[in-house]
Amino acid sequence: MWKTIKRWYHQLGSPVYFYRFSSAVLPWLLPISVVLLGVGLAWGLAWAPVERYQGDSYRIIYIHVPASSGALMGYIAMGVAGLVALVWRMKMAEVMLKALAPFGAVLAAVSLVTGALWGKPTWGTYWQWDARMTSMLILLFLYLGIIALQSAIRDPRQAARAASLLAMVGVINVVIVKYSVEWLQTLHQGSTLKVVGESSIDAAMKWPLLISMLGLWLLYAANVLMRARTEVLNRERRAGWVRKLVSRPRGI
Amino acid sequence: MNPVRKQRLIVVLAILAGLAVAVGLAVYALRQNINLFYTPQQVVSGEAPIDTKMRVGGLVVDGSVRRDPDTLDVTFAVTDGKGTFDIHYQGILPDLFREGQGIVANGTLVSRDRFEAEEVLAKHDETYMPPEVQDALEKAGHPGNAGKKAESGSGGAYSGSYSGE
Repeated sequence: MWKTIKRWYHQLGSPVYFYRFSSAVLPWLLPISVVLLGVGLAWGLAWAPVERYQGDSYRIIYIHVPASSGALMGYIAMGVAGLVALVWRMKMAEVMLKALAPFGAVLAAVSLVTGALWGKPTWGTYWQWDARMTSMLILLFLYLGIIALQSAIRDPRQAARAASLLAMVGVINVVIVKYSVEWLQTLHQGSTLKVVGESSIDAAMKWPLLISMLGLWLLYAANVLMRARTEVLNRERRAGWVRKLVSRPRGI
Repeated sequence: MNPVRKQRLIVVLAILAGLAVAVGLAVYALRQNINLFYTPQQVVSGEAPIDTKMRVGGLVVDGSVRRDPDTLDVTFAVTDGKGTFDIHYQGILPDLFREGQGIVANGTLVSRDRFEAEEVLAKHDETYMPPEVQDALEKAGHPGNAGKKAESGSGGAYSGSYSGE
């Protein structure tokens, strides 16, 4: 088991192998994610039952929760990539770190906007400076900071080192986002979906939510692979395999 | 692992651990300011300052809502099981305002048992169910929303385990 993981790590650390691997995975990953997201959203927005108190307005959960969870997981992945990039100086980790940021930033923004739109009819306010909302706003700023940092430093390896540090330190904020509703008094309610134990959402509402979450996560993964491929080609443009690749009419 | 990487790993983890502790201490020290609202217990015990603009939160006590028939004045009691006080508000309450429901009010504490609210926000809990399921639960003899909320502790937002009267 450990050996397999180690072999994977070394193989995916090689740009050529990564490029081939992603060429094989993407044609499946992208359509599957779009279909799952489409099914989950249609089911949730059109067919799932209404909520007893919130009526139809709860349906924004099918966008809000997948987007928020995607933004949080993407940031954790950036933190891990940052650690690998800093300690092992692995180039693919630097590429991943850069590829994870834009979609994650979009998801964080979507989470904040849908949260505000949901807050008005239910809580009675678009925004309160409560710990959950404020830490989520900080998460968006961290994402934007990482994007800005990477484009501000010209040398990609230097840029990656600076961004890695910010990515790792920012993971502390992810912990605050997650547990703010338990540790502090907030307007935002606690988590509905639980990894351990029973989720406090009716099954007819839960399944479309889980499907759209999975769909959005896979879409995020597909986006990261696509961005990473472009970045790999750009970084390795002088390497033999890229020259060979572009000189041939069809892909590798 | 080669020694250079090992050292880098240790340095990086040490920086992270140090920062995590620093942030943890800062949040702990500032939690009075980070908490969105005072709980009824804090209001009753005197921890919440009188005549200062602030927010309070709690569960609306069952049967405590009194509306003035001629005006928009409404008075209700909130509790967390460890303290109870009255909130007076003039205006339109949010749709989700109900007895047994969590609320957050923005305003001024006039005395230890009376709060003048300028704004009332409804907290909603993390349970979602269709109306039919709620009906079925009630028919089967389960308590409605208030009982369920009290059992789960509402995500720890209200430290007391208040159950409706």
